[in-house]
Amino acid sequence: MTLDKNYLEYSKRSYGHDHNRFQWSMLTDRPPVQWGNGKTLAVWINTSLQFYPLNQRGKPFKVPNGMTMPYPDLRHFTLRDYGNRVGIYRCLKAFERYDIKPTFAINSQLALETPYLMEQLEEAGGEFICHGWNMDHLHYGGQDIEEESEIVKRSVDTLRRLVDSPVRGWLSPAKNQSWNTPELLAENGIEYCCDWVNDDMPYRFDTERGPLTMMPLSTEIEDQFIIGQNLHSEDSWVEQVKDAFDFLLEESNSQGGRMLALNIHPWLIGQPHRIRSLELVLEYIMSHSGVWQATAGEIFDAVKQQTLREG
Amino acid sequence: MKESLGVYDYWPYHNRPKIEWPNGAKVAFWVAPNIEFYELDPPNNPHRKAWPQPSPALPGYTIRDYGNRVGHRRQMDLLDKYGIRGSVSLSVALCEHHPEIIEMVCDRDWELFSHGIYNTRYTYGLSEEQEREMIRDSIETIHRHTGQKCAGYLAPALSHSERTLDLFAEAGSDLFGNEAGFYTCDLFHDDQPTPVRVRNGKQFISMPYSLEMNDTIVYAVNKVEPRHYATMLKRHFDRLYEEGKESGTVMCIPTHNYQVSCPHRMKAFEEALEYITGHSDVWVATGREIAEHYITHHYDSTLADIENKKRLAK
Repeated sequence: MTLDKNYLEYSKRSYGHDHNRFQWSMLTDRPPVQWGNGKTLAVWINTSLQFYPLNQRGKPFKVPNGMTMPYPDLRHFTLRDYGNRVGIYRCLKAFERYDIKPTFAINSQLALETPYLMEQLEEAGGEFICHGWNMDHLHYGGQDIEEESEIVKRSVDTLRRLVDSPVRGWLSPAKNQSWNTPELLAENGIEYCCDWVNDDMPYRFDTERGPLTMMPLSTEIEDQFIIGQNLHSEDSWVEQVKDAFDFLLEESNSQGGRMLALNIHPWLIGQPHRIRSLELVLEYIMSHSGVWQATAGEIFDAVKQQTLREG
Repeated sequence: MKESLGVYDYWPYHNRPKIEWPNGAKVAFWVAPNIEFYELDPPNNPHRKAWPQPSPALPGYTIRDYGNRVGHRRQMDLLDKYGIRGSVSLSVALCEHHPEIIEMVCDRDWELFSHGIYNTRYTYGLSEEQEREMIRDSIETIHRHTGQKCAGYLAPALSHSERTLDLFAEAGSDLFGNEAGFYTCDLFHDDQPTPVRVRNGKQFISMPYSLEMNDTIVYAVNKVEPRHYATMLKRHFDRLYEEGKESGTVMCIPTHNYQVSCPHRMKAFEEALEYITGHSDVWVATGREIAEHYITHHYDSTLADIENKKRLAK
């Protein structure tokens, strides 16, 4: 089959990105960010709390880590549920032990259905980010805008009703979006989003309903990516996180503030044989004086203040 | 469809005439950073999907964008530190999108060669005329932005037709005679350069560009741990260095700024570069330099040896 002539036409072949969501710039060319108090590396520990429905529709693609067996896939349903009933409590203990201020990205349906868990998370003193409705309510290109608009609103409103502190951040299930997702987030008063993993620092992201800030939540260093998808050992995950931390800390000493965004999943790292690896990572991170361990919202505020000050 | 590729002869890695690299080096070492541009909303190609999700497919798109926004500078700084000039496999639309990167690369006297227009536009389904136009566009774009006469080719996203190598050789000859279009990185059959037959009969070679050492293959396909990648690179080098006593070998590390430059992988990559460049008999070069040296000094003797071995086998 020969292709149409327009396969060799390039309408966006010009300066900058091939979309107008944000300015093209290299990290090293931007004014350096300062975190204050002699801290150079901000560390955001993000815990994703997720509900994977048993009757997964998989529309328009199967969410990674979701059901893979014929219905009813008890195996994956319960392994994921494990995180919300067992794994998270091991994580919370670790956070307490190492004095971590956590950030919880939670599916709103899960938040609605687990009031006890929500109380415990509130007690841990962190911040809540809306992680969509559940892991089978994906946001995707070609999605009906009315349908997506209702999901975003329901997710954000539900979580806001359930938590005391403001809900300002958003993480899409599977970090996937439609062409309209950023506008819908801005419309619902979301201030920052974590989906685009194209930077190591927050940056301004434009929508037709006003600006958002993108807070890239790295995928490649996640427990589910390294241990779950790549099948590396827990020890290797620890080594890789430490290598990333060391590298960013050094870069932050010469180039200005940097951010390590570490996303973890209690259904994976909260297993008895893995939780020690999380503890080792947290212990290592917190033993360095140049570290500012903060929530996503605190890092967002610090960046926003400086960007405004510098005009 | 052909049963066999048929563009090079069987030529055993055994009793070959000695390849001599400059200053008695055993290994010609080159690093080929792929600097690619993937589109957020690429046109559909019925033969291959660009992304697993409907556009905008953020998981794949955004990490590749990370490579240009963050990763490139990291990798370039590291290559500077070890005195390595990259040979860039370039999605040439990057000249228009991100000229700052092209400028930095040119300041360092790096080589740029063609990796198509975008890494989301495949060769599959193009007519011969369309493929010729695409390849010619890529050579002209590199020349317009950098003054370089493109010597090498790696088909976009490793998508080929039966005519790809012929068309690249011809486009190079049409535009710049023998100064352009004389090596391909698309063939993985050898650890030394080898002659490749092309339609216009020019001197044309395959340059070893090891897919096995390619960071995307290592990390994304074979899912190797970063520290083990360093071990693999060192072992690969050690063997080629040893064998290079008999006849010069080529080692290439093909990289991607969205793989090797991630914070958790930089240490491993640096360890390998430090190790390799710490050896005395290594010629750190560009793809073009290696190809030119080979064509000038060893191309004819290779052809003669191939003919000789064919005759003896009969």
